[in-house]
Amino acid sequence: MTSPLVMKEERPEPHLGISEPAPRGRGPLLAVLRAVAALAIPVIGFLVLWLTFNFLRDSEANRVAVVGVAVVVGVGGIWILYWSMDLLVSSLLPERLRESVRPAVFVGPALVLLGVYLVYPLVNTTILSFKDAKGESFVGLRNFVDIFTKSDTLVAIRNSMIWVVVVPLAAVVVGLVFATLADRLGRRAEAMSKAMIFLPMAISLVGASIVWKFIYSFRSAGFGEQIGLLNGIWMGLGNQPVAWLLQEPWNNLYLMVILIWLQTGFAMVVLSAALKSVPEDLVEAARIDGASERQVFFRVVLPSISSTVVVVLTMVTIVVWKVFDIVFVMTGGRFGTSVVAQRMVTEFFTYRNDGIGAALAVVLFIGVIPIMVVNVRKFRQQEERR
Amino acid sequence: MTATTAPPGVEAGARPRRRPLAWVTDHWLVKSIILVIVIIWLVPTVGLLITSFRPTDDINATGWWTVFPHVFDKATWTIKNYDAVLSRQGFGNAFLNSLAVTIPSTVIPITIAAFAAYAFAWMDFKGRHVLFVVVVGLMVVPLQMALIPILRLYTAGAQVFGVTIFPDLDLNGTYLAVWLAHTGFGLPLAVYLLRNYIGSLPSEIMESARIDGADHFKIFTRLIIPLSVPVLASFAIFQFMWVWNDLLIALIFLGGEPQNRVLTQALMELNSSRGQEWQLLTAGAFISMMLPVAVFFSLQRYFVRGLTAGSVKG
Repeated sequence: MTSPLVMKEERPEPHLGISEPAPRGRGPLLAVLRAVAALAIPVIGFLVLWLTFNFLRDSEANRVAVVGVAVVVGVGGIWILYWSMDLLVSSLLPERLRESVRPAVFVGPALVLLGVYLVYPLVNTTILSFKDAKGESFVGLRNFVDIFTKSDTLVAIRNSMIWVVVVPLAAVVVGLVFATLADRLGRRAEAMSKAMIFLPMAISLVGASIVWKFIYSFRSAGFGEQIGLLNGIWMGLGNQPVAWLLQEPWNNLYLMVILIWLQTGFAMVVLSAALKSVPEDLVEAARIDGASERQVFFRVVLPSISSTVVVVLTMVTIVVWKVFDIVFVMTGGRFGTSVVAQRMVTEFFTYRNDGIGAALAVVLFIGVIPIMVVNVRKFRQQEERR
Repeated sequence: MTATTAPPGVEAGARPRRRPLAWVTDHWLVKSIILVIVIIWLVPTVGLLITSFRPTDDINATGWWTVFPHVFDKATWTIKNYDAVLSRQGFGNAFLNSLAVTIPSTVIPITIAAFAAYAFAWMDFKGRHVLFVVVVGLMVVPLQMALIPILRLYTAGAQVFGVTIFPDLDLNGTYLAVWLAHTGFGLPLAVYLLRNYIGSLPSEIMESARIDGADHFKIFTRLIIPLSVPVLASFAIFQFMWVWNDLLIALIFLGGEPQNRVLTQALMELNSSRGQEWQLLTAGAFISMMLPVAVFFSLQRYFVRGLTAGSVKG
């Protein structure tokens, strides 16, 4: 099993013969030593990495030791990689080649990883989306026809569309109101209150789902008192307890609340930074011209942060469009709550249907293309301003 | 500034600022709206925290909000739930696994992205602008696009016309598989942020170092890395949070073996096998959020800077 990696390492050897005469003025022994070291260090490095890597797979080993080794290998390995590549270039290549090869050393690993993890899957998933469940023979557009005609997937698409509209809007509106109001507090109070809103950003979607599942929890009559906060409040208002997560179609909204709770902090922090960068003269000038405070906000402040509002909306939209964990943990997509990203994982893993899974992934991707266009255009504008 | 003790009016006077919502003239109204939002935002987490320290019978008998009259009663609190979750439910193990996944998955992409960002900013090579735009464009490829092909790559390798172009390394279920996946998916944003920062460093530094005989590698390790600490820290925290809180990649590439599970997986498993045992779920959830919340509070400044860097122009 070790052969592929070692093979790769031996490849630079042919250079040896070419480059040996290159270092002039120094002793030939030194040049040979440098060349040998340049070859030996990466090989040894890789062998050590490979051995430790096999150790990491050894399930019997002590867990703390495994974790320690994993961290050292992962963190140290990447630096050894660059260091030994640079050593190879600077001691084996003739001087005039070095400067043209070095960029490859710097950019190469990034491009290889991007190629393997993003570009190749992009092509592969697209091809797979036209194949059958096992990914063997082509079925034309059947997967896409299925997605847009069968009720399961149509529900997921409908729900995703609603998520994408409701969550970003709610997060931005609450975030903007909060940022504007908090701006009027003292510095300490402002920082404190913002941190509280921002705190959920640090919580995983799974953790947040557990937090809210507890809030929505419900017990049927005869199974004890209601311990969910929402039913506690609901009954305090004189109502009968409700199984919130089973209430179609409103259960979708209850799931969206979780993501709004998580994303408002992000919107608030970014919008707050934008609010503080609105030039004071502009606002003062509007006031002197007799604008009311309401007008100042809607006619002066809001337009000047509009580009940030758009950016926040698109960033939250991308997060929402790809949301998977919340639905997966809370309902598993049952009770009419599935969304595209969760449905994709279910098709792929539970139903073992690679074709439909890939087609859903393609639908997800096509959904973000308009946002990509906006992003790239914005990037171009930024580059021009440089 | 002694603003902390100064009354609101003085504070406002000391900071002559525009007040976008000055029509809400009553200061108490602003304060109470903020207070209400803060309370709504905090209550879910507080309820979880309180519940995780209550005895099982109490949790099932009464809502967590009923503890307030008995706060100082010893029988109200227990740490048994944490004991149970950490040892019997494998959360101690999962915590270690999360560390083993998260730390390299943070350092590796930053390192790779920093080298690439430096090259994109300061090295001359053909097609660097085109390549950079492509890299930035890849930022929006959904993770879901990559799941099926990468899993196949990990379990079977890749062949084109019978020629193996990617060997079957049997990577699935290993840390390396997850590190590389997180690296690949995190790279576009990292390269973008780091290139913007590194590209804005003054070129005089680079030139004078070159005159002193330093090559690119030396300039990068001795000059660029120390100068880029703020942006590196911002991205590090961002990536750390993202990896620590990730479920999807761990679920698919780390596999279901209990000894490999990270915290998010352990929590999900607990939820599906013991979905109504709140003493375990709440304690488990709190364990999973402890570290990111601590990181967040201690390094908030960097985190916020990282978030705003990409979104606020100017």
